[in-house]
Amino acid sequence: MIAASAALAALAVLLAWPVPILLGNSRWTRRAPAVALALWQSIALAGGLSMIGALLTFGLAPFGHDLVSAAIGFVRLDGAAEPWHVLALCAALLLTVHLLFNLVATLVRSERQRRRHAQLVTLLSSPLESGARLIDSPTPVAYCLPGPFSSVMVYSAGLVELLSPDELTAVIEHERAHVQQRHDVVLIAFRAWYASLPWFPIAYRAQREVGLLIEMLADDRARRSVDTATLARAIAAVATSAAGESASPAELSDRIRRLQRTPLSLAQESLVIGAAAALLGVPTVLLFAPALLGALA
Amino acid sequence: MEILWASDESLSAYDLQERLAGRELAATTILTVLSRLEKKGFVDRARDARPHRYRAAASREEHMADLMHEVLGTASNRTAVLERFIGQVTAEEAETLRRLLG
Repeated sequence: MIAASAALAALAVLLAWPVPILLGNSRWTRRAPAVALALWQSIALAGGLSMIGALLTFGLAPFGHDLVSAAIGFVRLDGAAEPWHVLALCAALLLTVHLLFNLVATLVRSERQRRRHAQLVTLLSSPLESGARLIDSPTPVAYCLPGPFSSVMVYSAGLVELLSPDELTAVIEHERAHVQQRHDVVLIAFRAWYASLPWFPIAYRAQREVGLLIEMLADDRARRSVDTATLARAIAAVATSAAGESASPAELSDRIRRLQRTPLSLAQESLVIGAAAALLGVPTVLLFAPALLGALA
Repeated sequence: MEILWASDESLSAYDLQERLAGRELAATTILTVLSRLEKKGFVDRARDARPHRYRAAASREEHMADLMHEVLGTASNRTAVLERFIGQVTAEEAETLRRLLG
């Protein structure tokens, strides 16, 4: 149990610090945003699992030799626990509750904002075909307002005026990809993670990186309908004319430059997916390894 | 809503029914819509008068400005739920981008 706890703690540290930094600095993620996103999700999940698991196995160590028997021993209060074991158990419980609470809070807050914004949009726009809406504003904007049951894509009159028909198709396909692939679910999970750990710089970077990868994923979808140059022109046109919150120029040039690079091969992508699955498997196996070894012996 | 935005004074449901004459709506239907709009904060109701008189809480332009603030991320309470196509860059950065595009 103690060995498993130490291994889980080591894994938690690795996944909280060097691994996200390494992945954040990697260039290959630009060539395969979908598998990179899978890897990010597996790092976040495995990180949380190993952090809670390390505390849990350490706290339960005096009650039994493996997780199952220790849990039974804990319920029967059959063991001599030192104060630090109790402390570890409390920390595991607090961390779990904290993470779940922040997930729910983020969901509720987003839903309230979404509903308010959807009301404004309904009032101020006219419907287009296929669930999209057109707002009568000269500022060129395009965005999607993803909802649990139905999503709204919003385009402004300024956008329609600014872009050529082909470029407009690129933007529409891009937003449609957000809606169809439910990118909001991934985004909300990482926002909730950042909301739980606002003092943790990695959580902020992960959220930014995931947001950028999602845009690239939607770009790739748009490229199925229009050629690369048209998409790049649309991105640049909207970026240089819209007012408001600025996009990071580094992220923007990343988004355009990557369009000229060849995507990862299928074999390379499978490798990354395999790594993501293995990453999730390790803490799970570590948690139950003592029980498995006990059963074999 | 368009009629309330166009009108300077506050209107009762019957005034609205008159102006929407082409649509043949029942006064109760209009009242239901009005009370829903009131709950959402889009119209104000004058409490002293009977029948109740309604007026737009903010002009169409004010609502549009609110909306754009939220979309562009310049609002004080930032809406994190939008997935925007792209943000904005400065003129020099735009030049770099154009060069990238060749």
